[in-house]
Amino acid sequence: MKTSALALLSLAAALSAQSPVTFDRILNADKEPQNWLSYSGTTRSQRYSLLTQITPDNVKNLELQWVFQSRSLEKYESTPLVVDGVMYTVQNPDDVVALDAATGRVFWTYSYQVSPDARPCCGRLSRGVAILGETLYIGTIDAHVVALDAKTGKAIWDVEVGKAASGYAITHAPQIVKDKVIVGMAGGEYGIRGYILALDAKSGKEAWRFYTIPGPGEPGHESWAGDSWKTGGASVWVTGSYDPDTNLTFWGIGNPGPDWNGDKRAGDNLYSDSVVALDADTGKLKWYYQFSPHDEFDYDSVQVPVLVDTVWQGRPRKLMMWANRNGLFYVLDRVNGQFLMGKPFVKVNWMNGFDERGRPMKLASAASSKDGTLILPGNQGGTNYYNPSYSPRTGLFYIPAWDNYSSLFVKQDQDFVEGRTFGGGGPRPTTSAPVAPGGSNFRAEDDIYGAVRAIDPKTGEKKWEFKMADVTDAGILTTASDLLFSGGREGYFFALDARDGKLLWKATVGGAVRSGPMTYTVNGRQYVAVDAGNSLFVWALRQ
Amino acid sequence: MKPSVICLFLLASSALLAQHEYAATDTENGARTYTNNCVYCHGPEGDQIPGINLLQGKFRRTLSDDDIARIIREGIPGTGMPAQNMNEGNARTIVAYLRSSAAVPASTVTGGDAARGKTIFEGKGGCTACHHAAGTGSRSGPDLSDIGALHRAVELEQSLIDPGAVVLPQNRFVKVVTKDGTTLTGRLMNQDTFTLQMIDSQDRLRSFPIADLRQHSVITTTSMPSYKDRLNSQERADVVAYLVSLKGARKP
Repeated sequence: MKTSALALLSLAAALSAQSPVTFDRILNADKEPQNWLSYSGTTRSQRYSLLTQITPDNVKNLELQWVFQSRSLEKYESTPLVVDGVMYTVQNPDDVVALDAATGRVFWTYSYQVSPDARPCCGRLSRGVAILGETLYIGTIDAHVVALDAKTGKAIWDVEVGKAASGYAITHAPQIVKDKVIVGMAGGEYGIRGYILALDAKSGKEAWRFYTIPGPGEPGHESWAGDSWKTGGASVWVTGSYDPDTNLTFWGIGNPGPDWNGDKRAGDNLYSDSVVALDADTGKLKWYYQFSPHDEFDYDSVQVPVLVDTVWQGRPRKLMMWANRNGLFYVLDRVNGQFLMGKPFVKVNWMNGFDERGRPMKLASAASSKDGTLILPGNQGGTNYYNPSYSPRTGLFYIPAWDNYSSLFVKQDQDFVEGRTFGGGGPRPTTSAPVAPGGSNFRAEDDIYGAVRAIDPKTGEKKWEFKMADVTDAGILTTASDLLFSGGREGYFFALDARDGKLLWKATVGGAVRSGPMTYTVNGRQYVAVDAGNSLFVWALRQ
Repeated sequence: MKPSVICLFLLASSALLAQHEYAATDTENGARTYTNNCVYCHGPEGDQIPGINLLQGKFRRTLSDDDIARIIREGIPGTGMPAQNMNEGNARTIVAYLRSSAAVPASTVTGGDAARGKTIFEGKGGCTACHHAAGTGSRSGPDLSDIGALHRAVELEQSLIDPGAVVLPQNRFVKVVTKDGTTLTGRLMNQDTFTLQMIDSQDRLRSFPIADLRQHSVITTTSMPSYKDRLNSQERADVVAYLVSLKGARKP
């Protein structure tokens, strides 16, 4: 009786303060840190919260408040949104659930019926939703974008934007810029030709489309031999960032296809493994930087671009920081794409320095081969889609990292068949491969490990690391009270001191943390939320 | 050993159909994938299904590499052969393993007597001081109750002669020193960032918060002695015959 009365109270409180999420609110999300209005918290994607109720001193008093057990056995990789007391999360593959952010009670569930044609390579899942006004947006694994009424969960429009039977899929949270919903296509293991497209948020009508592989006559087309551009992959599967000053939307682009055999796609294979900066109104390319030219190691560059304004070598500069799957940490000028710095943050053996224009000097031996070539980092990379964080307070950049990690890259001949996987070989495990998820860990001292690694972005030097016995797929959240939240495959969720990496608190969640944690406030109380296993867990300070 | 296997394999395959060549790494990975996916029905020697001997290239009809890879992935409807949830690449490594195995004799160890082997295993050989099998022996070493369902005779013979050649990660030992100075050694069963699990020499399942340990180290070498000189070749053949007979609770 008492519980339900409380639930009704908080429900009422949540509803009373609600107002539409204008794009202005999304742009100025720092002014309402009680909410989490887009996938990475703000358009700069720092995953840094200004909330300070939970501190290094009291974090040990965190207490589990509620759990949402999703009715899905897929990997739960999303970051929820919280808007004025209401949380929006996904239930894999593409259901959307609205809950009371204080109690976890469900307001509504939208069930999406996925086409049997859907064939995402690596999990039937969604990494989250977007909101604009009073409308939610989800991209689905059968390559639809659906707009939902945020109050009722009823579909407003549903448009097909890619051919699922050919391997096209959407697995990331859409990005909102002004009156547009921007999504990109996954399918880099199916020989798709990737693209990013913007839909009118009101109607779902396509506003622009940018192909991540240039067509005939476009600059960069020559970086693909023969017809290889038609099946070159270059997918998109993690949400990008946006800079209002330049009106540029930044997206990380995935691997070229076939993934592990570059023989028939001679050239740099633009814009695979690159960051592209697009005019958000037109989709026109302003600049790009390619991290891994002619990749044969599946080094998708889909990581979240982290935008930071700070002093760089004596003058204020608009920067982009990027910890890449290829094992290197980069600093770019985000106005023009200029390469400022690149440095390994884990063991790397495929390159040795950069030329004066910032192109990596790839070793001749770093090529996939019939008998297998041992490359560090291995196929899953030094990091991957796991959300990094930047704290303006500490000035440190935090990376979920895999170190001492290698794979044997084996190439095989393969012909393209539409709708079937197009890998051209594959990675084989070495003695430094991760434990199979759920398996026992028998690692010895020098074997592969996972870490939260803090680096000074001005030098690329490691400041500290929190080492784990298993690898990690968990994103990172930092706060203005110098807390850092993350987890790992072992099923712990923990808080570190963002200044020195000291462990302050931990909880067992019984399943791998594969998502980015977030924080919010309802009625003055700060909560921390993360998906782990198949459930979403929420903590707050004991009262 | 390995180059000659590949040579034989190439000879054999060219004599059959025009087969693909396979990398040594594929063959090795295929052996692991076979053990994890196929051994339960087909057995370690590939001969548990009547009329088929996978590791000697004997099928119910002539199969190309493509045929085998397809059967692995799609199964054979109406039979006990299920479709494996496996990508093309992994299926191909199994094909590589089957083709390379077909080129060497099934076993170099013959003439063993399992009953005599059991006596040696539990007596002169001293194996039960560490190993468990047939309801007897310590569990601090790898449990061998179903070893015959997992490994070929030739592999078991090799492990008796040179036990340190391959120490699988799951057979590693760990040494811990507790805060009060007690040293314990046992087989590592699991570990994470904050805890460690082992089975000690008294068969106790132990779990330690790492913060409570003065030190801990995972041992990647073996403590098992070589039986090259401790047993003669007939005795080794007997022990291998006994090990091969250990099928655990698995149904044939």
